[in-house]
Amino acid sequence: MESSVYSVKNLSKTYDGKEVLNLDEFELHRGEIFGLVGPSGAGKSTFLRLLNFLEKPTGGIIRFNGRKYDREEQPDLETRRRVTTVFQKPALMKSSVWKNVTYPLRIRDIEIDGELENKVDKLISDIGLGDLKYKRADKLSGGEAQRVAVARALVFEPEVLLLDEPTSNLDPTNISIIEEKIERYREKTHKAILFVTHNIFQARRLADRVGLLHKGCLIEVKDRETFFSSPENELTERFLEGDLLHEETC
Amino acid sequence: MDTLIEGFSEALLLLIRLDPQVLEIILLSLRVTGSALFLSVIIGVPLGTVMGMVEFPGKKIVTALLYTGMGFPPVVIGLFVFIMFSASGPFGQLGWLFTARAIVVAQTILSLPLVTSFVMTSVMSIDDNLIKQMKSLGASRKQLYWTVIKEARLGAVVAIAAGFGAVISEVGAVMLVGGNIEGKTRVLTTAIMLETRQGNFGLALALGIILLIIAFITNMFIMKFQHREIK
Repeated sequence: MESSVYSVKNLSKTYDGKEVLNLDEFELHRGEIFGLVGPSGAGKSTFLRLLNFLEKPTGGIIRFNGRKYDREEQPDLETRRRVTTVFQKPALMKSSVWKNVTYPLRIRDIEIDGELENKVDKLISDIGLGDLKYKRADKLSGGEAQRVAVARALVFEPEVLLLDEPTSNLDPTNISIIEEKIERYREKTHKAILFVTHNIFQARRLADRVGLLHKGCLIEVKDRETFFSSPENELTERFLEGDLLHEETC
Repeated sequence: MDTLIEGFSEALLLLIRLDPQVLEIILLSLRVTGSALFLSVIIGVPLGTVMGMVEFPGKKIVTALLYTGMGFPPVVIGLFVFIMFSASGPFGQLGWLFTARAIVVAQTILSLPLVTSFVMTSVMSIDDNLIKQMKSLGASRKQLYWTVIKEARLGAVVAIAAGFGAVISEVGAVMLVGGNIEGKTRVLTTAIMLETRQGNFGLALALGIILLIIAFITNMFIMKFQHREIK
């Protein structure tokens, strides 16, 4: 089995003639937590949508588990079901927390009884939603709703978990619960996790490797220590100093 | 005032006595309305969902036509169905004219744009992020549509209520294609019209009150569902 779950080459995405992503090379390894940082409008969310096969790239290829996908060839449902994203704004159904969390299992025709039911119960309790199991999910607070979204993504143990600024706008308690859950998921399953954040402190806390995306280009990828202590690229240095302007080209 | 009192007491008597002729009219009204509504729902809900979710060339025109259909004069629909099912019409050989089936067809055409439009609007109001999220969680196209219908259920219920209101109270088209034949095509609205013409205001009013009671009970059920969903 290859060490990389994703391998991306010359990936580009254009909207209305404007190129928002132009990425030479990128790899996501099995069992790693990768932090993708960058200023707003850098193309981070676009990149995640392409990795989740929610959109087709304009150019380039995405290798997933060694299989090549591009603009013409997109994966089948079974392959797509190995990846999921937790978005910045949790989108929940107008039903109970339990029904929301078990949605991915139900659409996969997985029967939820016995051991699995206990496992889902434990997941809901571990993320601090035990008392809210039968409460309407769309009536929850922002932090609780995002925790439901995280539990829903973890319940079917995806091969790749993508997180698009999952804790922005959340209070420190909720941030801590979600970060802990992500770390535990990796420890337990050794699955790959890629999260996008503009919070460098979060990248420092969670990521094994960190990459800077700026104006659609991947500027630098390094292990966490090197990225923060001795970055090679001037743009990375400036980003870490909070001095990277959006107008600057890569 | 006397006519009103007479009407109320007659309605009460008819209901207590379970007058077979009135009962037949009520049952036929419910059967015809129920069938038309059922057809509108099974066609209109999927159609409204697809129209709410899928972008296609000419969508604006189709939407405008649909909205026009919502305000279509029932008597024109009746005329259209009459021509279609008359002896020289394309469906003449079916022999449906002046039968309950023709009424069902006219009422379905009448309520379909209402059901479809309300469902479409309701589906369009579903957060795009939810659709994106469902896809990301691995929903197939069919599962995605079903989830969206379930999320838009409040709007779908309003659609059914609007469709029900339109068909149960309809008289022009029903009269044209049904002919108000006793025991065959006489429904509450056409019976009211007939009794009024014959000067039986009490009976006409009694039938009117029964019609209102049916509409009231149906709307109570709908409100109960809505209340449960909003809570």
